[in-house]
Amino acid sequence: MSNMLAMNLRAGKSQLTGETAPTVQLSISGLNFYYGKFHALKNVSLDIYRERVTAFIGPSGCGKSTLLRAFNRMYALYPEQRAEGEVLLDGKNLLANDIDLNDLRARVGMVFQKATPFPMSVYENVAFGVHLHEDLTRAQTDDRVEWALRKAALWDEVKDKLQQSGMSLSGGQQQRLCIARGIAVQPEILLLDEPTSALDPISTGRIEELIHDLKQEFTIVMVTHNMQQAARVSDYTAYMYLGELIEFGRTDDLFIKPKIKATEDYITGRFG
Amino acid sequence: MELRTRRRLTNRIALGLSLAAMSFGLFWLCWILYTVFHLGLSGLSLDLFTKMTPPPGSTGGLANAIVGSLILVGFATLIGTPIGILAGVYLAEYGQRTALGVATRFINDILLSAPSIVIGLFVYAAYVAPMGKFSAMAGIFALALIVIPVVVRTTENMLLLIPSSLREAAFALGAPKWIVVMRVTIRSAKAGVVTGVLLAIARISGETAPLLFTALSNQFWSLDLREPMANLPMTIFKFAMSPFGDWQTLAWAGVFLITMSVLALNVIARVFFREPTKS
Repeated sequence: MSNMLAMNLRAGKSQLTGETAPTVQLSISGLNFYYGKFHALKNVSLDIYRERVTAFIGPSGCGKSTLLRAFNRMYALYPEQRAEGEVLLDGKNLLANDIDLNDLRARVGMVFQKATPFPMSVYENVAFGVHLHEDLTRAQTDDRVEWALRKAALWDEVKDKLQQSGMSLSGGQQQRLCIARGIAVQPEILLLDEPTSALDPISTGRIEELIHDLKQEFTIVMVTHNMQQAARVSDYTAYMYLGELIEFGRTDDLFIKPKIKATEDYITGRFG
Repeated sequence: MELRTRRRLTNRIALGLSLAAMSFGLFWLCWILYTVFHLGLSGLSLDLFTKMTPPPGSTGGLANAIVGSLILVGFATLIGTPIGILAGVYLAEYGQRTALGVATRFINDILLSAPSIVIGLFVYAAYVAPMGKFSAMAGIFALALIVIPVVVRTTENMLLLIPSSLREAAFALGAPKWIVVMRVTIRSAKAGVVTGVLLAIARISGETAPLLFTALSNQFWSLDLREPMANLPMTIFKFAMSPFGDWQTLAWAGVFLITMSVLALNVIARVFFREPTKS
């Protein structure tokens, strides 16, 4: 009965916001992760919904970044790290050995905690990833660069200095440049690993607005230390602790009436 | 004694000692520079750059030695730099912890600290003796062998300074490794790598021992790499040891030239190195 009510409430909210019912983009089941002998993720299972924002929260070392880095196989750079289990993208396990990592990373983009502009111009920074995967003419590239910079809410600030070094921008601009660089490749999923933890409140606000706009076109998964941020920008939240997924659900539900005591303790600040 | 007084005293003593050490080093350095300027400038004239090394008692210059040095150092750098950079890239980006990488790094360190006369003798035994004569080519090989380990070392160190987050960011866009290395990490480390090359050039431009057994020297104008070639260090060595006044003057002028060019290279290296930290 209460289930029915919840469903009705949800349906009502969807109608209000004009959202369609979510479909699953990434389906994670039985995911285990190891750093050498250290067991960092323990049997994690959850679904990531298409064109929604999913946030991973939890204390330092709980495995939220590790989980994120499994989705684009970032860990494959380090031979002592390995993952077991299933992460299905379009029905294919992206942890399988026969997955082409470069193609995967074109579909699953990532932005990191620290802005990492490449030592080249603003324009080249954005075009870098595009040229890896597509054969575009000069004009098409120009359009794509502008499109990505507009999407990242950076165009107006840099349109007159596209040929300047990406490193000459401010910290917040650099981070939006990294977002532009990531979406220029037109991925389906965008992974954000604490994208605002090195930024001032104003830049943070701009990036949060940006995330809200970007979910119209991209599935977004973000790791954040900041619970208010998770509550503000995400549709779904996963609370993790010591490598285990403690609770996963709609952000509203999880923050207002968590089902598990440990989650409640964490989000009310009694722990962590 | 009161804690603060003691700390202040310790601070003063430490400061005093380090100031003394600094002035001791600086004193000799200034003296050397003064001598080089004082004695070198007097031999400086246009003839130095236009006339050949003279027989004792007649006037002349260092033209053949200057051009010879430029050729030897230039070719040695051209050969040594690409090899050094590629090996440095291998060590930092590909073979960092592999057995081959560890062995290469170890051997490179030995080569880096090998006395240059050993390298000269090696090239003598491996190249000059079988060919039956001294040649500029042998000198170039010997100098390149000195350039390589310096460039390998600096390239590797500079690449390791690049934060792994930058590499990850490039990989995260789906870039294959060679593109990450060529377009992102090497570009980020460019200033450091160039500095390494400049320092290597500075190092070989004054080396005498490796040329002693290889390029030897030449009284005359010769651009033939198969023949012995005149060069500044060997000419200085020969002229400075001689009893002839004008030879000694020329030797000092040569010392002045080498010192100035090494100084210039170091200044350029510093300017280059400072650039990226500003941006």
